[in-house]
Amino acid sequence: MINLIWLVPLLPLIGFIINGLGRNSFSKSAIGIIGSGVVLAAFALSVGIFFEIEGSEVKSHTIYLFDWISTGSLKIPLSFLIDPLSSVMLLIITGVGFLIHIYSIGYMHNDEGFGKFFSYLNLFIFFMMLLVLGSNYIVMFIGWEGVGLCSYLLIGFWYTNKSYASAAKKAFVMNRIGDLGFLLGVFLIFVTFGSVEFATIFPMAAAYMPGDTTIALICLFLFIAACGKSAQLPLFTWLPDAMAGPTPVSALIHAATMVTAGIYMITRSNVLFDLAPVIQHLIAIIGLATAVLAALIAITQTDIKKVLAYSTVSQLGYMFLGLGVGAYSGSFFHVLTHAFFKALLFLAAGSVIHGMHHDQDMRNMGGLKKKMPITFVTMLIGTIAISGIPPFSGFFSKDEILAHVFEYNQLMWGIGVFCAALTAFYMFRMLFLTFYGQFRGTHHAEESVHESPSTMTFPLIVLAILSAIGGIIGIPEVFGGNNWLAQWLSPVLNGVRPIHLDHATEYIIMSVSVGGAVVAIAIAYFKYIKGNHVPVADAGERSFLANLSYHKFYVDELYNAIIVKPLEKISVIFYRIFDKKIIDGIVNGLGLTANESSKGLRLLQSGNVGFYLFMMVVGIIALFIYTFLAL
Amino acid sequence: MEQLLLLLLIIPFVGSLVTFMSGANAKIIGLIFSLLSLAVAGVMLANFQPNAALQFELNYPWIPEFGIKFMAGVDGISMITILLTNVLVPLIILAGFQHNHSKPNAFYGLILFMQLGLLIVFTALDAFLFYIGWEAALIPIYFICALWGGKDRIKVNMKFFVYTIAGSLFMLLGMIYLYLQNPDNNFALASFYALNLDSVQQSWVFLAFFLAFAIKMPVFPFHTWQPDTYTSAPAQGTMLLSGIMLKMGIYGVIRWLLPVVPLGVQEWGGIVIILSIIGITYAAIIAFTRGDSKRLIAYSSISHVGLISAGIFASVLSQNGVQGLQGSMIQMLSHGINVVGLFFVIDILQSRLGTLKISEMGGIAKSAPLLAITFLIILLGTVALPGTNGFPGEFLLLMQLFEYNIWAAAVAGLTIIFSAVYMFRMYQKTMLGTTNDLTVVFKDIAGSEKVVLFSICFLVIALGVYPKPIFEISEASVQQLLQQIQIKLQR
Repeated sequence: MINLIWLVPLLPLIGFIINGLGRNSFSKSAIGIIGSGVVLAAFALSVGIFFEIEGSEVKSHTIYLFDWISTGSLKIPLSFLIDPLSSVMLLIITGVGFLIHIYSIGYMHNDEGFGKFFSYLNLFIFFMMLLVLGSNYIVMFIGWEGVGLCSYLLIGFWYTNKSYASAAKKAFVMNRIGDLGFLLGVFLIFVTFGSVEFATIFPMAAAYMPGDTTIALICLFLFIAACGKSAQLPLFTWLPDAMAGPTPVSALIHAATMVTAGIYMITRSNVLFDLAPVIQHLIAIIGLATAVLAALIAITQTDIKKVLAYSTVSQLGYMFLGLGVGAYSGSFFHVLTHAFFKALLFLAAGSVIHGMHHDQDMRNMGGLKKKMPITFVTMLIGTIAISGIPPFSGFFSKDEILAHVFEYNQLMWGIGVFCAALTAFYMFRMLFLTFYGQFRGTHHAEESVHESPSTMTFPLIVLAILSAIGGIIGIPEVFGGNNWLAQWLSPVLNGVRPIHLDHATEYIIMSVSVGGAVVAIAIAYFKYIKGNHVPVADAGERSFLANLSYHKFYVDELYNAIIVKPLEKISVIFYRIFDKKIIDGIVNGLGLTANESSKGLRLLQSGNVGFYLFMMVVGIIALFIYTFLAL
Repeated sequence: MEQLLLLLLIIPFVGSLVTFMSGANAKIIGLIFSLLSLAVAGVMLANFQPNAALQFELNYPWIPEFGIKFMAGVDGISMITILLTNVLVPLIILAGFQHNHSKPNAFYGLILFMQLGLLIVFTALDAFLFYIGWEAALIPIYFICALWGGKDRIKVNMKFFVYTIAGSLFMLLGMIYLYLQNPDNNFALASFYALNLDSVQQSWVFLAFFLAFAIKMPVFPFHTWQPDTYTSAPAQGTMLLSGIMLKMGIYGVIRWLLPVVPLGVQEWGGIVIILSIIGITYAAIIAFTRGDSKRLIAYSSISHVGLISAGIFASVLSQNGVQGLQGSMIQMLSHGINVVGLFFVIDILQSRLGTLKISEMGGIAKSAPLLAITFLIILLGTVALPGTNGFPGEFLLLMQLFEYNIWAAAVAGLTIIFSAVYMFRMYQKTMLGTTNDLTVVFKDIAGSEKVVLFSICFLVIALGVYPKPIFEISEASVQQLLQQIQIKLQR
C-alpha cells in the first residue's frame, strides 16, 4: 500500500484536471461525485497506509519518484516521506477534506461557479498532500506555496466583489512574507548541511550543541514562515479577511488544514528547534500573545465567521505556545482536535448562514435553536469542545499543552488559562446570540429560515461525533490512559516527552482551567440569555476597551499607515524624481553633450528610413559575398 | 552535423529576404520560416551531446587580414539561448496575427533578420562575428520600434538606439584592445580566454564590455531607456526586446566577460551585485504604483533581470557557482517565455479596449475567462510559484546570492514579496472586480491568440514541473566555464 502513495496526491490532481476542464459542461452531480470521490479514494488509501505503518516495525518510508532539480551539488528529488506524523496528517486532510467536499455539494449548489469551486478544492488537497508528504523542504515548499495559491483563488472566489479580491491579494502577499523566511531558512540549511532532505539533515544536526547560532537562525527563518502561513503575530491579519471565501473554504483551508501547516513544519523540524531554546522561547511568547490578542478581538465581533476566524488565530496561538515549550505532541494533538471542532463550527456557521440567506451578522439572528435543530446540537458540541470542557476532545489537547506550559513558566500558564476562559466566553456568546432568545431579523427572514439539506448536516454529525470523542487518542496517564498519540509520534519526536508533575498538581491545573471556562460560560449566560444583551450597531457607543477590541486593535490601520502608504509614496518618488529627473536627466545630459559635439556627422543622417534599411541589407549581403569570395 | 548550424543561420536570413519581397501574406511566410528554424533547433537539440564540448562548429576564413574568421559553435549555454530564440520568434510572429501592420513584408522581414542577428550572437566564437550579430540584431528592432511604434516613438527610439550603440562602441573598443594584446592576432574567443592580462588591464576591459551588456539587460542605473522604449514599441517589438534581446546582455556577460577578464570580475563584481540588487527592489517598488500596464511590466522586467545579473556575478564570487549560473540559464528561458506572455496579454487588452491604463479596466474575468486563466498562469510563472517555470531559476539564483552574502539574498529575496504585490494588483485591477462600460463587452481569446497563450502556459507549467532536461543541457558547459575561470584566477 505504501508503494501506492503517489496515488494519494495524484487522485485529487486528476479530480482538479477533470473538473477544471469540464466545469461548464458536466452536471453538478457529476462534478460533486468526481470531486468528492477522488478525495474519498485518497482517504481510503490513507487509511490503508496508516494501518500498514501501524502494523510494521519500520516506521519511516521514503518513496522516491523522480529528480526535480539537480545541478552542481544540489539534488532535490520529488520524494515522499511516510511516517507516523505524515500518515496522521493524511488522514485528517483526506478525512475532513472529504466531509467538506460533501458539505459543499449542498452549500454551493446554487452557485454558478460550482465546477470551478470543486476543481479548486481538489487542487488544494493535492498541494496539501505535497506539503505533508514531501521528504525534503523543497517539496514541502511546493505544497506550501501551492496551498497559498489555492487559498488566494478561493478567498477571491467571488471575485466581482472588490473587497473579496483585495482580501485574496492580502492573503497571498502576507503569506509571501513568510515564504521569504522559508526560502532563507532552506538556503541556510543547504549551506550548513549540504542537503535539504529531512533524513539527511536531522541526524547531522545531532552534532550541534543547543544554542548554536546557525541553527537558531535557521529556526528563526522557519518560524517567520510559520507565522505567515499559520497567521501569528505580526502576520495574522490576512486570516480574518480570508473569511471572504465560501464557508466550506474557511472550514477546510482556513481552519482545519492549511493554517496548521506552520505547526506541522515546526513539528517536523523539532530536532532543529530543540537546539534553539531562544527561538523556542520566542515562539512561546508570540504564540501566547497571538492567542490573547485574537481572543480579545473575538469577544466583541458581531459577524459569526469573524468570531470563528479570530478564534482560529487564537487556537493556532495555543499550538505555537505548545511548540515553544516543547510540547510537540500536545500541539499536534490540538491540531487534530481543532481540525474536528473548528471544521464543525465553521460548517455549522455555514449552515446558519445558508439558512439566513447569506446574512452573517449575529445581531440579526437569535432563536434559531428550534428552526435548525441539527445545526444547533452539532454546533453546541463544537462549542463545548473548543471551550475545553471534559470529556470533549478540546479539553484533552488543551490540557496537555497547558500542563507543559505550567512546567515551563507559570506566568505564561496563567495567561494561557485566562485566554482559555476568554475562548469559552466568546464561543458561548456566539452560540447564545445565534440560537437563543428571540429572532432579531426581519419577519420575512424569520419565515424563510430553514434547516440545511442532508449533504450539509451529515458532515456536521460526523464531525460532532469526532469532536466529542476525539480526545480518546490522547488520554493522559493521569486518567489511566497511555496517550496513544504521543506514543505514536514518538519515533518522529525523539521519544515521548512526559510531564514531570505529580497527579495532584495536574488535577489542580485542570480544575483551574475548567473552572475558568465554566465561570466564563456563566458570565456569557447571564449577559446574553438572562440579560438579553445584543451588541450595539457599528456606530454605537462603546467603552474605550470595547472599541479597541471591536476595531481589532487597529492593526490593519497601523500596517496601512506605517508600511503600505509609505511604500506607495516611495514608489511615486522613485518614479517621478529618481528615475525621470535624476537618472534619466543625467543620461539625457550626456546625450546632448555628445550630440552637440557631433553635428558634423549630421550629413550622414538623411532621415530616410528606406535608405537605412537598404544600406543595412546591402552591408550585410556585402559581408557575406566577401566571405564567399574569400573562400 | 556542422551544416545544422549553418542551416540554423541561413533559414532566418533567407526567410527575411523572402518575406521582404512578399506581399500581404508576409506574416504567413514569416511564420513558416520561423517554424522551420524552430524545427532545425529541435533537430539540433536531438543531436546535441550534453557535455561541455563545442558542437556543430563552423569555421570559415572571413577577413584574413585581421585574423577574422566566421567561427561559430554550440555548447550547452548557446543551446539554451538558441531554444529561447527559436521557440519565442514563432510565438511572437503568431502574436501579430490579430494585427494588420502596414507594410507587413518589412515588419516580418525585420523580425526574421533580427533572429539571424540573435542567433549569431548566441553562437559566435569570434569577437568580430559576435559584434556583427550584436548590431545586426539592434538595427531591425530599432526600425520595428521606430516605424510601427506608438506615441513619441521617434524620440524614444533615438535615445534607445544612441544609448545602446554608445554601449556597444565601448565593447568594440574593448575587443580591439584584446585583439591588440593577442599574440595570435585574431578575434577568436579561445584566444581571448587564453590571454594573460594583469588586473588593471582586466578592469578596464571589464568596464568597457560591462557597459554594453549592462545597458542591454538593463542593469540599474543604465535602465532609463527601457520603460519608455517598451511602452512606445509595438507589442511584438516589446516582446522581442524583453523576451530575447535583453538575453544578449546576459549571454554576453557569461560568454565574453566572466571567462575573459575574471580579475576584472573580482574587482567590480561586488559593485555589480549591489547595483543589481538595488535594481531588483527599486524597479519593483516603482512597479507598485504604475498605472500603465506596459510600463508596469517593463519595470518588473528590470527587477527580474537584476536578480539574474546578481546571481551570475555571485556565482563567480562564491565557492561553488554552478547553481547560480544554472539558475541564470533556466531563468533566461523562463523570463523570456513569461514576459512575452505578459506583453501579449497586455496587447490583447490594449487592442480590445484601446487603453493601457489598468484603472480603466476591471471585471474582465467575467467576460473572458480563458484570458483570465492563461493570464493567471503566466503571472504565477512571473512571481515564481513552485511548479511554474519561474521557480527553479529564482530559487537557484537566490541560493547563490545567499552563499555569497546572506544580506544580499535577504534584500534580493524581497522580490518574492514585491512581485506578488504588483502582479496581483495588476491582476485584480484588470481581471477582477466588476465590469465597467469599457470591459462589459470583451471578446475572449480565440484563434491564434489561443495558440500563443496556450503554448506559453504549457511551457510555464512543463518547465516548472520537470525542469531537469533544461539543467542537463547546460550543466557540463557551465561547470567547464567556471573551471576555466578558476584556472585563470589561480594563474
